[in-house]
Amino acid sequence: MRPSGWQVMAGILMNSIYAMKNYPMVMVNTVLSPLSFLTVITFVSKGQLIGEAIEGGFIMSMFQAGMSLQGDLSHFKNDFKLQDMVVSSPSSPVAYVAGMAIGEVIYSVPALAVLVVLAEIYLNPGLVGALELLAVLLLMFLTSVTLGFTLSTFSSDIIQSFAFSRLISTLFSTLPPVYYPISYVPLPFRYFAYLSPTTYAAEIAQNATGLVQLSSETLATAWIVLGAVSISLLLISIKKARWRDV
Amino acid sequence: MASGLDCDSLTKVYSGSKGRRALDGVSFNLPSKGVFSLIGMNGAGKTTLVRILATQLQPTAGRASIDGLDVMKDAKKLRDRIACVPQEARTAPFMTAKQTVLSYLLWRGVGYREASTKAVEALSMVGLQNQVNELNRKLSGGTRRKVLVATVLSSDADIIFLDEPTTGLDPISRRELWKLLTNLARDRFLILTTHYLEEAEELANAIGILHRGKLVGLGTLDQLRASVRYQYSLMLSPGQEPPPVREGEVTTGGAGQTQILTNETEAQEISKSLLEKGTRFSLSRVSLDDIFFHIVHGGSEEDSQP
Ligand SMILES: Nc1ncnc2c1ncn2[C@@H]1O[C@H](COP(=O)(O)OP(=O)(O)OP(=O)(O)O)[C@@H](O)[C@H]1O
Ligand SMILES: [Mg+2]
Repeated sequence: MRPSGWQVMAGILMNSIYAMKNYPMVMVNTVLSPLSFLTVITFVSKGQLIGEAIEGGFIMSMFQAGMSLQGDLSHFKNDFKLQDMVVSSPSSPVAYVAGMAIGEVIYSVPALAVLVVLAEIYLNPGLVGALELLAVLLLMFLTSVTLGFTLSTFSSDIIQSFAFSRLISTLFSTLPPVYYPISYVPLPFRYFAYLSPTTYAAEIAQNATGLVQLSSETLATAWIVLGAVSISLLLISIKKARWRDV
Repeated sequence: MASGLDCDSLTKVYSGSKGRRALDGVSFNLPSKGVFSLIGMNGAGKTTLVRILATQLQPTAGRASIDGLDVMKDAKKLRDRIACVPQEARTAPFMTAKQTVLSYLLWRGVGYREASTKAVEALSMVGLQNQVNELNRKLSGGTRRKVLVATVLSSDADIIFLDEPTTGLDPISRRELWKLLTNLARDRFLILTTHYLEEAEELANAIGILHRGKLVGLGTLDQLRASVRYQYSLMLSPGQEPPPVREGEVTTGGAGQTQILTNETEAQEISKSLLEKGTRFSLSRVSLDDIFFHIVHGGSEEDSQP
């Protein structure tokens, strides 16, 4: 394996395997939070919205990975000075983020497994639909991970950064119509919902599995917005993330 | 291109510090081998200088390079060669001592199997062969510090930064670490900060004294000694009558002991008269403590005058 491979492995080990071995309880939260929303929405809608809710669970898991990453990286940076130690080494920020981000996903594996089973039963997307779903989730993951990393490099106060990640998490994944169709949101609020990339992700996902029918213009717009957000965040993180302190 | 460790008008003003200079035009050049020890009061700028040299912090102005590699422009090449334990580094409580060193080596790109072997070796070097698989949170504070030192020892970096590595270590462990660091410095360059001046005396090939962001002293112990007014120190135990001193400084400590700082000729004469009178005393060259006090305290008295 190339050195960068081992560097990625360091992040995976530190951010999931080692912690999980010692604090298995942490997993419970990552399993429960996407599934609890799903359950509530399903019950309230008397099963009507289970498809949307499953997709919402997927999107939320991906988004949560980035937000947890922000919290974990801030913790490693401020409380252990890990970022400083890694900066003064042959490692790179990309390897650092990649390993740590994969670590977050490993935490979500149980939740994702449940969702995949549910999706198989209730959504049953075709091959194209499944691929589209996968693409949206990947984009969502990249976006939230980039955002999480960039924010973590700015954090010098762990309390502040935990509060911040909760705020962003609420703004992007709880308020917007991720777990139900946007048509359920009354009009003036709908404009606010369109400020969040998760809304577009949910629209694409719902369209891919036939839960809503979007016009091709709306669909294209959703992809463009999502792509633009990802690329902008990527560029911002390349330019602004503080790998080296100022 | 400058060789060795080279700093040129290095200045750091942290954002939001109202223009206060944490480092203020620091310039010096040293060979990049052996142990370079930075000493100075709290807030003097030691950590700031270390972080800039270890490519963790951007300077506000000036340049710094090690072996011709600029900390800003050649950071990537420099990072292949450096390793650092920051002042406030801590071990993750949920990892074992071995996992801590092992993962650090993985960060450096060392393969898993090799890293695993090297981790155990490095932990044995700092005397932790029996705690290899212990969780960090079960180790004592000083032992955790040793785990961190083991991380950099395990690496093949040839420029090593240790910001207060022996803080929290017991006197025996500290001396053991000194031995280890002395061995390590045979073929590597160690930059270490400390508040234990006898540590700098014992280990350092060069000592830098920082005071309020300025480098106020630099050199070997002997060179620093030569730079202060008095090179000899006579200590009289409590209750002993101090002799007349023509040139020098006489201070009496809290426990009643008297210290006389003076030059070589005067030290000889005073010793002779004390011996004749049968007074008990000890004579030594001034310690780094005395030198530090003289340079830094002298400096701050001048500073505080309007
Ligand atoms: N992140 C920061 N933001 C603002 N000011 C800072 C920051 N870090 C350090 N300073 C200031 O810079 C000056 C130098 O601090 P530094 O940490 O380099 O001192 P030091 O010599 O390492 O002290 P100590 O012996 O206490 O570790 C201090 O006045 C400190 O308050
Ligand atoms: Mg310091």
